[in-house]
Amino acid sequence: MMGSLAVIWAIGRKDLLLEIRNKDVVVAVAGFALLVLVIFTFAIDLNQGNAKLVGPGVLWAGIAFAGVTGLNRAFALEVEGGTLEALMLAPISRDLIYLGKALGNFLFIAVAQIIVIPVFAVLFNLVVFRWEMLAISLLTTVGFSAVGTLFAAMSVKVRAREVMLPLLFLPVVTPLLMAAVESTGHMVNGRSWSDMAQWLQLAVAFDVAFVVVSAFIFQHILED
Amino acid sequence: MVSQAPQLAVKAEALVKNFGETAVLRGLDIELPTGEVTVLLGANGAGKSTLLRVLSMLTQIDSGSISMFGADIAKNGPATRALTGSVLHSPMLYADMTVRENLMFFAEMYRLQNIAERVAETTAQVGIEPRLDHRVRTLSHGFQKRVALARSLMHNPELLLLDEPESGLDNLSVARLGRIIDDYRSSGRTVIMTTHIVEHALELADRAIVLNYGKVGLNSAFPSRDKDEILAAYSSTVTAQ
Repeated sequence: MMGSLAVIWAIGRKDLLLEIRNKDVVVAVAGFALLVLVIFTFAIDLNQGNAKLVGPGVLWAGIAFAGVTGLNRAFALEVEGGTLEALMLAPISRDLIYLGKALGNFLFIAVAQIIVIPVFAVLFNLVVFRWEMLAISLLTTVGFSAVGTLFAAMSVKVRAREVMLPLLFLPVVTPLLMAAVESTGHMVNGRSWSDMAQWLQLAVAFDVAFVVVSAFIFQHILED
Repeated sequence: MVSQAPQLAVKAEALVKNFGETAVLRGLDIELPTGEVTVLLGANGAGKSTLLRVLSMLTQIDSGSISMFGADIAKNGPATRALTGSVLHSPMLYADMTVRENLMFFAEMYRLQNIAERVAETTAQVGIEPRLDHRVRTLSHGFQKRVALARSLMHNPELLLLDEPESGLDNLSVARLGRIIDDYRSSGRTVIMTTHIVEHALELADRAIVLNYGKVGLNSAFPSRDKDEILAAYSSTVTAQ
């Protein structure tokens, strides 16, 4: 068990090291999401009522669309360099490779959110630095990483991968996006944990289901 | 379980692999004893690299069976991969990590103990210590190939799979590679390699197999004795293209 966790952490840590050096993924994800936020602040009359109404949707749509860009890049680098095959040569089960790559993607999207969410709070003039936001953000990022890593692996060998990934990813994460938007909406309107409980439960169920199923499917995707 | 004292390093029966309409391995059978250096020869497209990828478990066969050291590789994936070390066409390294970082990372993937010591030993073996802290991106293809060789040796595999390992290497490095292969043989371990430098390979090898369109065209356990026959078989596969 500890050996498996060490392998997963080593893959995630390696992705983080490469990202610190290249800044390919976090800059793309955060930059894209910030652009979406800024465009919407110009497009919508952001009085307090409007901000609470549309803000959560804008935030999570921005992060979801931006996340696709980053997920694509994170896996493409592994395939272009042939290093995915080097990982496959190692005596580790394929699901550990999946979990390691998903951990890396989780870290990228989480770092991007650390940049994006404060900017969102300022632009939309909403109070978001609350424990509820941390829970929503963590649950959503786990789901995005779980689904995104699987579909990035599926689409990376396809010629039109830039088109394929969003077509696969966005419909599948729609329930998770709904949970994130609804629970964020409850939070900015000052409601309690119990009001958002059903949406958080949906997010937890989504995460558990997709981490387990994706880890299983991933090993079949890797084979020729 | 992988057996402890098997006679055959590799036993492959009726291997078939197609890529779309193209048949690359067409019912190939081989049996390779432990402790031998086997060289695979043949024209481009004969199936040498595909066979090595299949033995590395990177490419799945369409039909047939393979056992390594007595264990079916389809049922013992991770355990069998721990017994093999592979250097394939591409060095398969992280370009923006240093040589040391690459080797330490892969040592973790192989769950090695005393990682720093193993890295020091294998880098000395292939002569790459002076550039341990250089990023892979800054190194020549030949040097990257040596790093890949170091990675394949780190876990002391019982079976070394080398796909044209001398490509991009200078004469000194080719000589060093020859010594590593000799060490492998003398310690009772097994090497399977492909090459187009036929004469050099025949001096090095205990067995030569000429592949012809995905089948064994010739299998000689005495490459130095059968040199002319092997060269003729190899030439016929090349000229038949």
